[in-house]
Amino acid sequence: MAIWLTKDSKVIVQGMTGSEGSKHTRRMLAAGTNVVGGVNPRKAGQKVDFDGTELPVFASVADAMAETGADVTVIFVPPQFTKAAVVEAIDAAIGLAVVITEGVPVHDTASFWAYNVSKGEQTRIVGPNCPGIASPGASNAGIIPADITGSGRIGLVSKSGTLTYQMMYELRDIGFSTCVGIGGDPIIGTTHIDALAAFEADPETDAIVMIGEIGGDAEERAAEFIKANVTKPVVGYIAGFTAPPGKTMGHAGAIISGSAGTAEAKQAALEAVGVKVGKTPTETAKLMREIMSGN
Amino acid sequence: MDLYEYQGRDLFERHGLPVLAGGVATTPEEARAIAERLGGRVVVKAQVKVGGRGKAGGVKLAEGAEETVARATDILGMDIKGHTVHKVMITVTADVAEEYYFSYLLDRANRTFLCIASVAGGMDIEQVAADTPDKVVKAPIDAVKGVDEAKAREIVTAAGFPAEVADQVVEIAVGLWQAFVAEDATLVEVNPLAKNGDGRMLLLDAKISLDENAAFRHPDHEALVDQAAVDPLEQAAKAKDLNYVKLDGEVGIIGNGAGLVMSTLDVVAYAGERHGNVKPANFLDIGGGASAAVMANGLEIVLSDPAVKSVFVNVFGGITACDEVANGIIQALALLEQRGEQVTKPLVVRLDGNNAEAGRAILDSANNPLVQRVDTMDGAAERAAELAAAGV
Repeated sequence: MAIWLTKDSKVIVQGMTGSEGSKHTRRMLAAGTNVVGGVNPRKAGQKVDFDGTELPVFASVADAMAETGADVTVIFVPPQFTKAAVVEAIDAAIGLAVVITEGVPVHDTASFWAYNVSKGEQTRIVGPNCPGIASPGASNAGIIPADITGSGRIGLVSKSGTLTYQMMYELRDIGFSTCVGIGGDPIIGTTHIDALAAFEADPETDAIVMIGEIGGDAEERAAEFIKANVTKPVVGYIAGFTAPPGKTMGHAGAIISGSAGTAEAKQAALEAVGVKVGKTPTETAKLMREIMSGN
Repeated sequence: MDLYEYQGRDLFERHGLPVLAGGVATTPEEARAIAERLGGRVVVKAQVKVGGRGKAGGVKLAEGAEETVARATDILGMDIKGHTVHKVMITVTADVAEEYYFSYLLDRANRTFLCIASVAGGMDIEQVAADTPDKVVKAPIDAVKGVDEAKAREIVTAAGFPAEVADQVVEIAVGLWQAFVAEDATLVEVNPLAKNGDGRMLLLDAKISLDENAAFRHPDHEALVDQAAVDPLEQAAKAKDLNYVKLDGEVGIIGNGAGLVMSTLDVVAYAGERHGNVKPANFLDIGGGASAAVMANGLEIVLSDPAVKSVFVNVFGGITACDEVANGIIQALALLEQRGEQVTKPLVVRLDGNNAEAGRAILDSANNPLVQRVDTMDGAAERAAELAAAGV
């Protein structure tokens, strides 16, 4: 089953003909993803060959959906054009839009998010500035490497790409149902809470790893949500204990503002609701391993 | 990017918002020219990005050019909470009758923008909100609809602005929103928004943050960066497109991915607790696909920090292949030698993920005495901390 992305998902790529888009379309296909086409109004009607798989290019997301039955779009367009690409996906009411692009202005993200809300949130937006979603062995929408781990019964939700990969690697012998990279921007379409709720409801997920980092209060709110709604075991990891206040640490959203957004506060909030928080990624993996071996 | 008050005043002025006439000076002579242009009584304000400058003596009144020069001389070079004053803003004085508060900011939790307005201005708004929450209005703003006159009037009414200033505040609220959007700001805070003796409203202070992700549509924002205040290593890193933050420790850090690098800093700090309390010296994310040139640039920056005693290269090969990273490290060391750099500090390298075995084999066969390979992140952090402690 996994969450949001399954072997039945039909995936299109906005920006498929660009350098990043084509590179990762090839990788998604190699991972077994059912990629059914791309979108580029200037190249509509053309076909692109990916190692023997010919994919059609459509003029719009709506056209691509009508022709192929696509229900997932992965967006690789540059930051200047990201808002328009997401709005197009929302207008077509596609079920899932994964926004990989890094460097999107926060006014643009706030704007497409508000637009999505005004349209009744028919589109689940993941990102921006995220590695995407992988349901190992089934489908891969984004840039998460497909060969780190196989399928299993752990769910993973993370703000960080490489920490996602690290955790998948640490627990590769157990495997994952779905790994969701929600992204490190100040405003994101899918939050820790959305993923926790989906994993709680997923019969193929037994336990959840949640990775957070400094900035904002998403982890604190996730802790409240876990207390009220999550019965499956959750282990946590928070990055950025040594980050100085007022400095942006790589991710646009990773900044301690005054006394808000510290790693200590996030750890304390999670531990207060019974979530075990590892000091390092390896220790966090060990905590999950203990839980899974007790099952 | 946070702006100085004078940059905020200029920005408001460009957007047609009512501010006091003034200018900015870096020398007493420039201060004289501004005072002569403005005439009469002026206020001289230290330009630092920290609160409490009034109490520290960084805000003074002056009558005429001579006194302005004297006050500017006092304030320039002053240290306010660790910030040296390099600029003073000089404006005409206001005859303040009432002080209010008005701001727009990013509301991460609700994925939108927020307007905060209060008739209790001139004080710390968080304190006002804690003591008298009924005096502070927090209104979510729809990012698509924005703030038109009707929305502005709703906020002004809810906040209880007096009838005689309401129309002016509505106009300012709309104008300020337009500036907030046009400049891609994540914060515009006016405290105080003042009513002058003559009944005119004025924006008397400006706290503004701009979104660096939006720089591509604001070529003019580049000029707002205070180059003198940027750490020289951070400046050099930025020139090479590297994501680097200088910290206070001894273990240089290079990694791929912001989250992994943040995590690396933490793991090194924990290891440091067992080894002379050494700490991470920097944050450096070389991103995906780290080529030899990028690795060389990164190493050069990290090694040029005299506080660095050892370097920890922590790479998880996701899309990046570890054999390329390993080649990058070896080539980077050779490249630095060609550039005439004497590399003497030990490097601890941890490679995992995509093609890790091949990467490790490349490092082993290169047999560089400076490069030590440890195959777990925690173990490598331990070794890097130990080496830094030994080298301190």
